[in-house]
Amino acid sequence: MAILINTTEKIPDHWTLIQSASGPDVFSALRGRKALLPLELFLSDEEAAAAQFSAIGVWLDSHQTLDKLEDRLSSLPIIALNFPVFSDGRAYSLARRLRRDLGYTGEIRAIGDVLRDQLCFLERCGFDSFALRSDQDPDDCLKAFKDFSTSYTATAVNDTPLFRRRG
Amino acid sequence: MYRYDGYDATMLEERVAQFRDQTNRYLEGKLSDAEFLPLRLQNGLYVQRLAPMLRIAVPYGMLSSRQLRKLAFISSHYDKGYGHFTTRQNIQFNWPALEDVPELLAHLAEVEMHAIQTSGNCIRNTTTDQFAGVAIDEIEDSRPYCEIIRQWSTFHPEFAYLPRKFKIAVCGTQEDHAATQVHDIGVYLRKNDNGETGFQILAGGGLGRTPVIGQVVFDFIHRHDLLTALEAILRVYNREGRRDNKYKARIKILVRETGLDAFREKVQREWEQLRGGSLTLTDAEIERCKSYFQAPAYKPLEASPESLRAALAQDVLFASWYSNNVTAHKRSGYAAVAISFKKTGYAPGDVTEEQLNALADLADRFSFGEVRVTHAQNVILADVEESELYNLYQQLADDSLEASNLNKLNDIICCPGGDFCALANAKSIPIAEAIQRQFDDRELLADIGEVSLNISGCMNACGHHHVGNIGVLGVDKKGEEFYQVSIGGSSKREAKLGKILGPSFAQSEIPAVVADLITVYREQRLDHEKFIDTVDRIGVDPFKKRVYEKEQ
Repeated sequence: MAILINTTEKIPDHWTLIQSASGPDVFSALRGRKALLPLELFLSDEEAAAAQFSAIGVWLDSHQTLDKLEDRLSSLPIIALNFPVFSDGRAYSLARRLRRDLGYTGEIRAIGDVLRDQLCFLERCGFDSFALRSDQDPDDCLKAFKDFSTSYTATAVNDTPLFRRRG
Repeated sequence: MYRYDGYDATMLEERVAQFRDQTNRYLEGKLSDAEFLPLRLQNGLYVQRLAPMLRIAVPYGMLSSRQLRKLAFISSHYDKGYGHFTTRQNIQFNWPALEDVPELLAHLAEVEMHAIQTSGNCIRNTTTDQFAGVAIDEIEDSRPYCEIIRQWSTFHPEFAYLPRKFKIAVCGTQEDHAATQVHDIGVYLRKNDNGETGFQILAGGGLGRTPVIGQVVFDFIHRHDLLTALEAILRVYNREGRRDNKYKARIKILVRETGLDAFREKVQREWEQLRGGSLTLTDAEIERCKSYFQAPAYKPLEASPESLRAALAQDVLFASWYSNNVTAHKRSGYAAVAISFKKTGYAPGDVTEEQLNALADLADRFSFGEVRVTHAQNVILADVEESELYNLYQQLADDSLEASNLNKLNDIICCPGGDFCALANAKSIPIAEAIQRQFDDRELLADIGEVSLNISGCMNACGHHHVGNIGVLGVDKKGEEFYQVSIGGSSKREAKLGKILGPSFAQSEIPAVVADLITVYREQRLDHEKFIDTVDRIGVDPFKKRVYEKEQ
């Protein structure tokens, strides 16, 4: 099971991830839990899910887009973005779009192939929780957020690019 | 040139520490090869045929004498006493040991240098015309904008894992020595009708196995919108560029498969999100960056002084060097001088420790302590007093750097090829040398005039063979090295891709093939017509006929 961290510490994971191959038939077995639904299941069976789960979030794979979620964001406490492999960079842009363009204020979680050396940039793109790949050392991973003290580019941490901060 | 402030210096120190930690974890077995790969690449480190290769960034080609001396030190302490200038104005070393690289990077940081994002699937070093700031045909100095792009693209958190590498060139001159149109993004400085500076932005150019000339995405944007426009293009590319096939992952394929109009629309939609936001440039930032590229302390000097005219009249070799390697300067009494690194018997672009030190001394003595590396793998002293040209020439002769072949047939652009590179299908350096040996007569070369001859050892096209007036590409045929020849390419304003002559040739045939091409040109040319213009006028067929008739 993946260890979950935010940018400062290990945190408990309250969400149950529903795999993308699942259908609404799994809902009753997980009744009462907080569920992270794959995008397609959320879009097709949101009502059935709402009747069974105590809370609903959505996860997207890296090839999926936010188009169908854009007007539903305010009802979602969490959106998880999957990294099928750490070097697939599409979710960085998805997170930035969520945070910056769409003003999403809920939790953005990185799931899948989430490794220490990508954490710093993930945070800068708007991710705030990280379900680490099982072989990752969480204490070592927490150091990654301190690799850089500043950046040239505007980030989710500081929306002002350096050229507007330089005295 | 640009100097680091506390922010730049801190980030660079932190980067060196980060990579030191990553390298240690790799050597301890805590990072797999696959996980370490993008980390080392984004710090310039390849694993090559013989040893690691480290590519060091030279932002838009500018080097100070202090940096040159540091590179000389690195070449002797971590390499075998030489380095290699690349076609993207960088310098690479072929022999450093992996475990030494963090320490080597710390040395570079002392002189505000690094190897950040010189490889890997990220935004690479921004390049420009080597005559920026001194060219007589310049719209505006491109370097402040290159620096603005450098800072935006360095450690950009969203674009560190792009589908493929991403190269940007910026050009502020009319002629264009930066091969701007064969970059993933090409930026041309422009003035609008009100005389305001802005940019035309091209996307989707590139070489490699699918050579394409870039197409206009923004015809004119205001100077404040430079970064928002670039970010919009990168955002579309990062989300939609193909990741299923490495050979179809460059932005040129995305533009082609999406269609230019649809691609423009997608970019436009992203741009609307970004425009007017915090990424919008300010005049204060543009002025701050311009302040680093102010004209040096030029003296009021007369053009073409008597001493220069006298030296030209009495020394025919100097006169030949002057006519080939010296370029007009926008300031009266000054000239821009190209130092050729294309001497027969030496790999094109190779530079020794002694030469790096010599360049530093020449820069200090003749050109305000700075040099520029060119896209054609030569070096420019941009601000030389015309009255000092003869002294400079004599010093170059003492340093064995007086080759007077700029833009001539033997000023060959060439990748490291199969002698060094793990990707190559064929050697390229021995081909360059064989052609240089065939054409070593100064008067013949002068008669042939301007020709670009570019050699790549494989279809990745690091030697830019598609845009050579003559292009040579190494191919593998059943384990043997063969060479495909094309003509008619150009990387200038009227950028064109060369046309392949026909079946490929054995290595030993190439000098004779080039000789045939030159013979046809000399027979057919009109007065003062350059090789490329003759090819344009008469087409490929007369050349093809000559080359293959002889074969049969």
